[in-house]
Amino acid sequence: MAMVESQSVIYRKLAAHVFLWFFLALIIFPLLMVIAISFRTGNFAVGDIIPSNPTLDHWRLALGMSIIDESGRTIPPPFPVLLWLWNSVKVAVISAILIVALSTTCAYAFARLRFSGRSLLLKAMLIFQMFPAVLALVAYYALFSRITEYFPPLGLNTHPGLIFAYLGGIALHVWTIKGYFETIDKSLEESAMLDGASPWQAFRLILLPLSVPILAVVFILAFITAITEYPVASILLQDEAKLTLAVGSQYYLNPQEYKWGDFAAAAVMSGLPITLVFLLAQRWLVGGLTAGGVKG
Amino acid sequence: MAVTTVSIEGAGTSATHWLKWAVLGLIALINLYAVTLMYIQGETVFALVFLILVATGLYVFAAERAYVHRYIFPGVATMFIFIVFPLAYTIWIAFTNFSASNILTFERARHYHLSQTYRIEGQNYDFSLYAAGPETYRLALTAKTGERFISEPVELRIPDAKAQPPAATAPIEIDLTAIDTPPDQPPLAVKELVRLRGVMQNVVAHLPDHSDLRMSGMRQFSATRPLFQVLPSAQGGDGSILVNQQTKERIAPDMRLGFYRQINAEGEFTGPGIAPGFSVFVGWKNFLRVLTDPGVQGPFLQIFGWTLTFSFLSVVFTLAIGTVLASLVQWEGLAGRGLYRLLLILPYAVPAFISILVFRGLFNQNFGEINLLLSQVFGIRPGWFNDPTLARTMLLIVNTWLGYPYMMILCMGLLKAIPADLYEASAMDGSNFIRDFFSITLPILMKPLTPLLIASFAFNFNNFVLVQLLTQGRPDIIGAQTPAGTTDLLVTYTYRIAFEGSGQDYGLASAIATLIFIMVGILALINIKLMRVDR
Repeated sequence: MAMVESQSVIYRKLAAHVFLWFFLALIIFPLLMVIAISFRTGNFAVGDIIPSNPTLDHWRLALGMSIIDESGRTIPPPFPVLLWLWNSVKVAVISAILIVALSTTCAYAFARLRFSGRSLLLKAMLIFQMFPAVLALVAYYALFSRITEYFPPLGLNTHPGLIFAYLGGIALHVWTIKGYFETIDKSLEESAMLDGASPWQAFRLILLPLSVPILAVVFILAFITAITEYPVASILLQDEAKLTLAVGSQYYLNPQEYKWGDFAAAAVMSGLPITLVFLLAQRWLVGGLTAGGVKG
Repeated sequence: MAVTTVSIEGAGTSATHWLKWAVLGLIALINLYAVTLMYIQGETVFALVFLILVATGLYVFAAERAYVHRYIFPGVATMFIFIVFPLAYTIWIAFTNFSASNILTFERARHYHLSQTYRIEGQNYDFSLYAAGPETYRLALTAKTGERFISEPVELRIPDAKAQPPAATAPIEIDLTAIDTPPDQPPLAVKELVRLRGVMQNVVAHLPDHSDLRMSGMRQFSATRPLFQVLPSAQGGDGSILVNQQTKERIAPDMRLGFYRQINAEGEFTGPGIAPGFSVFVGWKNFLRVLTDPGVQGPFLQIFGWTLTFSFLSVVFTLAIGTVLASLVQWEGLAGRGLYRLLLILPYAVPAFISILVFRGLFNQNFGEINLLLSQVFGIRPGWFNDPTLARTMLLIVNTWLGYPYMMILCMGLLKAIPADLYEASAMDGSNFIRDFFSITLPILMKPLTPLLIASFAFNFNNFVLVQLLTQGRPDIIGAQTPAGTTDLLVTYTYRIAFEGSGQDYGLASAIATLIFIMVGILALINIKLMRVDR
């Protein structure tokens, strides 16, 4: 009896492995393909997964170097990918830092201090974060064109303006950090307050050092959200030199000037670091995601 | 707590105390100026919002009573500016005719008309410039009759083209006085005049007889006069009627259409609208267009139906794949679970804007690797981007690829919470793997998953990035009045109405966005209800 069952378990395991590998092959195919394409000659070439005639031309262009084609012409890089990547990283890092700062102070007040309108604000935040910015793009555009008239450094076509716009999305982070603060014992802060510490000192010197893990999670989440954000950036940024990667990448696949190979190299080059950040951080992120989602 | 605060504040030196009030006062003054400026230009909404924000901010940071609110003010204020205000403003725009042709406020449109000028025939003057220092010149004009005029030295700086912000193009007012003989130095060469052309176009020269001259050619200034003037009240004007000085026609603002139009002697509108228009309230007109105008209603309903189908199917597919994979990966006996987990999460880790574009290339009809494979195996080359059904299928395939890891992650967390003895008990009853999945795993998962599924439905309902980067809504619906496509979701449809093509009908786009708000709002409320029940 026991013998038969273990036999069926073995078959089941084998079936599971076969199914998973088949499924993975299907899922990973596009990613492997794009790596292969980045080493193929030309922008229209078709071929196998392992290119028969590998070239580094697409990678040189992606890294901002000019190349010389067979007829001896110099081909400059089609787009400033490295600059776009830098813009993206800059916007994402600064907005993530500011988001962490804004949402921790908010979360502290919601978790520890009592004030009028507290539960109303908490509920309102939960409802409003369901409305994505993409629904109000017209209003965003109108808002930023007004700002441009009165204070251009924060207006349309500027990175500070884009960072400023990203600061609106802190509701979920406030909830996450608030949940974490509530798991930390209050007694330490209370005794510090008895010794004459102000709420600000209790927050900065006692609560914050205990909350580094959740701040890291929120930072990475905010960073990834900002670096992959497309709609708002596509409305606010106009100059080619100011675009973020998410907005700029699509210009490679313009039907009039289809640069499939160049796109592949740029995509692998810029997508790899972001993917690695995500994979390294995923253990904590997954916890944060499910906690934030389930707790709500 | 209040006591502690006061003691801390008191401990600070009086210098920092003064500094705080000085900074707050300065901020108040600067912002009061900005608010007044906005109000004068007719931006009532923005002036009001700005005023409320700054006043609240100042109160919160000045008053001891609001100490606690200092912690939440910055965060809540940014949420207000970038979430609440855009929502409210979108609803406001939905009731106006705000569009590319009616983009100005009434005050600005009026100002535009009043600043139009026309050239008076025959009153031309030759001009020359005389250098009078670095970037400083004297302007000299000579009439056909031989009369001469000259100005004091004025600075004519060529604006820096790269300046951020772009240099203002305010008119440069120059007063001239009569003289008898030209200055005793050679005038600037033509080459120099060409260089200064840009600045010279902003110059308004005032002659002693109060006529205004503007540059009208490379060597010429001409007398200009305002094209429109307000009809004086003595002639029956109420301040809103303008008179064309060239033709003597009268125009008045039509507050229903948002344009100045020609009026007849009885004050009735006769002519077409004169550009630029201004935005006015049009009531429910935009909503009525969505619901009744066949050129808008047809595409709207079609797109609405597809949006619902797309969101529902996306949730079903990702959930199905996600739960199955989660149960497999959580299976204790399976070797290499960690590796599987990592590889299965990959589609979620790659930035969506990159993977969507990768699929756009792979699905390309002629050069795409997917069609290459299909033509080698089955001998077919489907036109993924030209056929509506295929394009929709492609969207669903790509969205399932993008979305199943999220469902898998959620389910993995929830599966851990299911007690193992449930499975042991069912194994005693002779149940099998598949029956366990449908009779234990799925029912237990569904309850905590429901709010997340609704959130996922709402996310896909507004999945702008996928459609915008993959198909841009194409192939287009034939016979639609506004840009509309068979793969458009409601969000991309509003985006195209607002930002694509020549119409740029922000009012109509906002009306549709307002309808989406209502739907998303209903979903949000259901979700909050469900979560409360869950507790």
